[in-house]
Amino acid sequence: MSIESLLRDYTLQIVALGSAVLGAISGILGSFAVLRKQSLLGDAVSHSALPGIAFVFLITGIKNTEMLLLGALASGLLGTFLIVIINRYSRIKFDSALGLILSFFFGLGLVLITYIQKLPNANQAGLEDFIFGQASTLLKRDVYIMIVLGCVILLMVVLFWKEFKLYSFDMQYGVSIGFSAKKINIILSSITVIAIIIGLQSVGVILMSALLISPGVAARQWTDKLSVMVILAAVFGIISGVIGTVISSLVSNMPTGPVIVVVISLIVIFSLLFASKRGILWQYIKRRRNSRHINESRLLINLYELALNHEDIYHPHETKMIEPTSTDKTIKNIEKTLLILRQQGYIKQDYFGTWAITDIGIQRAKRIEKYGGDCL
Amino acid sequence: MSPQLEIIITAIIVSSACALLGVFLILRKMAMMTDAISHTILLGIVVAFLLTKSINSPLLIIGTALMGVLTVYLTEVLKRTKLMAEDSAIGIVFPLLFSIAIILITKYAGNVHLDIDSVLLGELAFVPFDRLIVFGRDIGPKSTYIMLTILLIDGVFVILFFKELKLVTFDAALASVLGFSSVFIHYSLMGLVSVTAVGAFEAVGSILVIAFMIGPPVSAYMLTDKLKNMLMLSIGIGIVNAVIGYQLAALLDVSIAGSIATVIGITFLLIFIFAPKRGMITIGYTRHVRKIGFAVNSLLFHLHNHEGTEKEKVESNRQTLHHHLHWDKKFLDIILKKVINLNYVTQKEEYLKLTQEGRDYTLKAYQDITS
Repeated sequence: MSIESLLRDYTLQIVALGSAVLGAISGILGSFAVLRKQSLLGDAVSHSALPGIAFVFLITGIKNTEMLLLGALASGLLGTFLIVIINRYSRIKFDSALGLILSFFFGLGLVLITYIQKLPNANQAGLEDFIFGQASTLLKRDVYIMIVLGCVILLMVVLFWKEFKLYSFDMQYGVSIGFSAKKINIILSSITVIAIIIGLQSVGVILMSALLISPGVAARQWTDKLSVMVILAAVFGIISGVIGTVISSLVSNMPTGPVIVVVISLIVIFSLLFASKRGILWQYIKRRRNSRHINESRLLINLYELALNHEDIYHPHETKMIEPTSTDKTIKNIEKTLLILRQQGYIKQDYFGTWAITDIGIQRAKRIEKYGGDCL
Repeated sequence: MSPQLEIIITAIIVSSACALLGVFLILRKMAMMTDAISHTILLGIVVAFLLTKSINSPLLIIGTALMGVLTVYLTEVLKRTKLMAEDSAIGIVFPLLFSIAIILITKYAGNVHLDIDSVLLGELAFVPFDRLIVFGRDIGPKSTYIMLTILLIDGVFVILFFKELKLVTFDAALASVLGFSSVFIHYSLMGLVSVTAVGAFEAVGSILVIAFMIGPPVSAYMLTDKLKNMLMLSIGIGIVNAVIGYQLAALLDVSIAGSIATVIGITFLLIFIFAPKRGMITIGYTRHVRKIGFAVNSLLFHLHNHEGTEKEKVESNRQTLHHHLHWDKKFLDIILKKVINLNYVTQKEEYLKLTQEGRDYTLKAYQDITS
């Protein structure tokens, strides 16, 4: 299929739109989860949605998306509630509680699904799709539901922006000025659960957590402002959703959910490496520059101190004297640094390879001793 | 041996192996690492399978265990950049590896018997079908023997390195001061977790591996403070859960793994609610008693402070008192009822007065706090 005909493909448009909406929502809410160090909550919630789905199907006997999602929502919320309660009333760590509830609810879901399969004339095929997700089976109606829920979530985030911000960074302060931590937690957790439930259909239980975490982590690297981070996370989510969908329809035998996850993971890796200020490359350059500055300053100071101990302050000294700890291995680097200092005019080198401080070198050394190396 | 018995015995062996390691995982706050490992071993299986073209090769277990260790390592690399928290690191690594596995399966191994469902969901009922034949004699299901070997390795590791594990778990700083390598213990432990998960996945599926590794140890953690007791209790709870879960599954004709995981969850919830010392009821009750006691003291201190001052009429007025203490009106009523019943306070019209008994109690409580 050529790209042009592909872009006009109706199914693709629907699926891509759905993935984009999902990416945006999970990016926004994931930002808060990442900041609150509750990244893996999404994993637990998406697993705990399974018994709800199976239970609703068991009672109604039909596969109505809205009803199934409602069931998923109920059991997802119950799972979250249990995790919070366990965390509050015992010394059990948050992650243990997550793993426990995750396996408990998922096991219960399996029991229900295998029970349904044994029932006569039950059309249960497709319930498993919620485990792995089937983005390509998204219908127009499903996408409409996603958009409506997405708008509700967006509205909530805008309305409770101040509260969510407080909750993410300094809830103790928030409580002291009269906000209720419990209420904010319930609201934020609920809409996060809604977002996760929306995602189940397209990417499934296991990969939903990646969609929640990765955009937030990637966005965090580029900014220190919450608003920028949330918008950036939404953009990353949309980009990976659309690119993932397009790739999976261009290449045969490519499952959509996993491709989306790979794309967003690449965005994370790129951000970790190249983000300005926080990125690994940036930090490396900064560290190199710092250590060079420190080395230059130290050598200049050493030479200055030597000079002060001589009657003739311009008396030249050997490299070994300037850096007494130097070995044959390090002496080359030290001479390199000394050459840089000479270029800047702080020291001079004579015919015998020995070094003497200059007038501006003395001035600079004095300033370093007074203010530290940074000011230069 | 009947197939039923073989299944139960396999489940018991798996649960014991998982409980042994799980105790250290939950104490080291690494519970979610099991979740990650049990998913990423799929990539190990797929890669080893694509290389060897065989599903029964022993390379499969080795390659897969390596993938588990790689997961731990990658998580740590991400964490060490200090650009994200540990849980985010886990949440990024394992979905990525899992996604790659699924893409590889659908692309290259679609028509081979490598069912993702069976990896994740497992089917204990199939355990008796794959027999181990030695010298032409059928000596039992293969996975039972594999798991037994793994259980022995885990057991020997825990016994041999018990002291080191204990030290590294509870005080990693002290351990490194004393010269124990926490890195060695850490990676050995995670390597064994991987091997155990790989050995168990075929038999019980990754969900049950997670349930076995976290559930019984957490339940035991609710009941004891001693590491040895916790290990014993975890194994015991795991075995009981496995047996009950299997019986229920047989009764209802449902997924065995799912049934055992459910029983593990329910067992935990029961222990969580009713445990004698740390149960929710006990803790909730203790907190309630403490809150009431503190409130009684606050009220009495307040009344005592303003006793005989000009502002007493304002400060000790029943209608406005809750504003001064920043309390809910209903809460004030409860506390008032309590102190009047205790005969510490009397009420005349709207004004509250300390009795002599109340005054004595207040002074004593004040001395208790300040001494």
